[in-house]
Amino acid sequence: MRDRQLRARDMLRGDLEGDELERYVEEKVVTTTFEKLLNWGRANSCFPLTFGLACCAIEAPIALVGSPRYDLARFGAEALRASPRQADLIILSGRVSIKMAPVVRRLYDQMLEPKWAISMGACSSSGGMFANYAVVQGADKFMPIDLHIPGCPPRPEAVLYGFNKLQHKIMGNPDQGWRQRYDASGSEEWARGGPRSEPSPEAAAAYEEARGLIRA
Amino acid sequence: MPDGPGLELIRGEIEQDHPGAVLDTSFDREQAALVVDPAQIIAVLRWLRDAPGQGYGFLSSLHAADYLPAEPRFGIHYELLNRDRIERVRVKAMLANPAEGLPEIDSCVELFPTAEFQEREVYDFFGIVFRGHPDMTRILLPDDYVGWPQRRDFPIGGEPVTFTYNERNYG
Amino acid sequence: MAELATAGGNLDTEVMTINIGPHHPATHGVLRLVVDLEGEIVRDLRPVIGYVHTGIEKSCEDKSYWKVIPFVERMDYVSYFFQMEAFCGAVERLVGLEIPPRAKYLRMIFLELNRIHSHLVWLGTTALDLGAVSMLWYCFRERDRILDLFEMATGQRMHTRYFQVGGVIEDIPRGFEAKLRQFVADMPVRVGQYQDLLDRNEVFLSRTKNTGIVSRERLLELGVTGPLLRAAGEPWDLRKAFDYLAYPEMDFKVPVGTVGDNYDRYRVRVAEMIESVRIIEQALDGLPEGPFIADDRKYVLPPRSELSTSMESLIHHFKLVTEGYRVEAGEVYYAIESPRGELGCFVLADGSAKPARVHIRDASFVNLQAFKDMSVDSYVADMICSLGMLDPILGGVDR
Repeated sequence: MRDRQLRARDMLRGDLEGDELERYVEEKVVTTTFEKLLNWGRANSCFPLTFGLACCAIEAPIALVGSPRYDLARFGAEALRASPRQADLIILSGRVSIKMAPVVRRLYDQMLEPKWAISMGACSSSGGMFANYAVVQGADKFMPIDLHIPGCPPRPEAVLYGFNKLQHKIMGNPDQGWRQRYDASGSEEWARGGPRSEPSPEAAAAYEEARGLIRA
Repeated sequence: MPDGPGLELIRGEIEQDHPGAVLDTSFDREQAALVVDPAQIIAVLRWLRDAPGQGYGFLSSLHAADYLPAEPRFGIHYELLNRDRIERVRVKAMLANPAEGLPEIDSCVELFPTAEFQEREVYDFFGIVFRGHPDMTRILLPDDYVGWPQRRDFPIGGEPVTFTYNERNYG
Repeated sequence: MAELATAGGNLDTEVMTINIGPHHPATHGVLRLVVDLEGEIVRDLRPVIGYVHTGIEKSCEDKSYWKVIPFVERMDYVSYFFQMEAFCGAVERLVGLEIPPRAKYLRMIFLELNRIHSHLVWLGTTALDLGAVSMLWYCFRERDRILDLFEMATGQRMHTRYFQVGGVIEDIPRGFEAKLRQFVADMPVRVGQYQDLLDRNEVFLSRTKNTGIVSRERLLELGVTGPLLRAAGEPWDLRKAFDYLAYPEMDFKVPVGTVGDNYDRYRVRVAEMIESVRIIEQALDGLPEGPFIADDRKYVLPPRSELSTSMESLIHHFKLVTEGYRVEAGEVYYAIESPRGELGCFVLADGSAKPARVHIRDASFVNLQAFKDMSVDSYVADMICSLGMLDPILGGVDR
């Protein structure tokens, strides 16, 4: 203790040099790369989308987030977001029927990167027990999935374990641009023509008209 | 349920008002069923609902079944319930698949408004058109789906499950 | 400022058609509503369903009778025991099998537990929609206790495959009765707590009273059954009307409402929870001893202890597991009272080991037709409240 105080005094006076300085800095400062810090933040404050399809939706998100026993909030994922533009994580909880598949794809496209998808349960991972005309045999037929959780329905503890694995995946992967991961460029969805495009002539005229109304 | 003799009484009374409507009766496993000519189905349903002493005013369920290979192949079942006497009776209309086009039958939505969604479901799954229905479109499958899934000759779909071991070792 | 006022005076109103899409925090499941709005007032409403259509009825035609049970229970995924009972009951009537009294009581206990479970899920999610967010946590705390009981007896929290044709698959373990009795003792206190939170809450009352009223006659025309019909004043409950399982021996009341608005629907369901607790108590007190599944080896698996001693049992077991039992040609429609209304099962047998047609008349599918009547000419917020009180489960609607 006395030793530390002496070193601190020396530090403040500018008297520490060389090796002593290096040791001091190592003890006091945590060094990390910026990506690791960013990934740690992303993993521990995921915003899931409020999205439930069928039976697995009762087990999660409702039983996971809305239940006092299996609490997703301790992993930082309590803030469920209804709008896909604000969500990071989509948990496909339930069977994906052929009518719902384009809707799910559209939701996934509307999410902003970085984004992850968990396919929860047997039905969204592989069609489950429903090998028939009406269920898509696995959601990874039409969208990239990061994690599959087996079960019918999986226990909430299983989903929590899967969520932990996803957190490790997020933290461990320095490059999480999913378009590079899945070689999926060209599937971007832009409003109008692109990130720096001009508004369409009708939109521009309507805007001018509205401005004129207020001004006049 | 009306028991065996009761069912025959009902058949006799319907015969008086609508001759030739009831083709057959069956009392099987304590459930009464009347097999009715599809052209007169509305008259029979109206009689069962309105005739004094009958009062089957609640349509529990309207569904269809495909009796392939028996002919006629489609059976449309109307499960009627009399809530005062707690009795159920089933009315069946048997339809054959015409050579062209879709089988048709009159819709009972004016008599029983509960049939609206249920007739759409029967159309969706079997292709049976209900004449007079306000909105005869698919209800559960996507609007551009081709085929009538619940028919017996429609394949169940899905894909075969392939195992890497088999694919790799046995081609 | 004055210019803005005159700008408002020349407002040209029109009826806007908006889409409350399949993904929405307030639709219970993937229900899509196409709503014609004039301002905030709903003028027309068209539900578009089918987003979780799974083709269960078609899949059932491909499976032997006992393999149909897990399919059928995944339709209305909150009240899974009821679907099992509807199907097993229908097949038992087709086959002419009588189930032993202990099985009847056990089935009844699980059905009423599932009714409480379904009403808890309903109450939690509906209160969440209306803004009473903490109800979700309280209801799901109780729901987890019920799921613990299910797991103790059957091994699974949901979709337990517990009912089989002939009875139940396994007897209840030791300790189940004690745990259930404790749950039954605690439950009325909890329901009292829920009522304290919501019953006289000014905001809840003003949102639910006198909203979503449909007359009794119109509901009957539309085929609506269950708590919706009872809230409108019609005392129709299939448990009292048709004698199935051991309900005739139980003493319970059927709560009936007066006005038929959303507040009555809420009160009816909460009262039903208390009545279910009473039924479970009576069933536990009167639980008879005896076999838990029927004896007929042609339809029921023999107990495993016999397989090593009796050749016949081995043959029965082999036949039942590989091909399944054949049912003579015939058709049966069997209906029970599920938490949402009349749940009917139609089974058509053609003499082979697989059913030729299984159709479930689902209560939510028919109840959804009343939604338009409930919401037209009222505000959008009332429509959301009515949707919660209607309690649709889209798995049952879409099958």
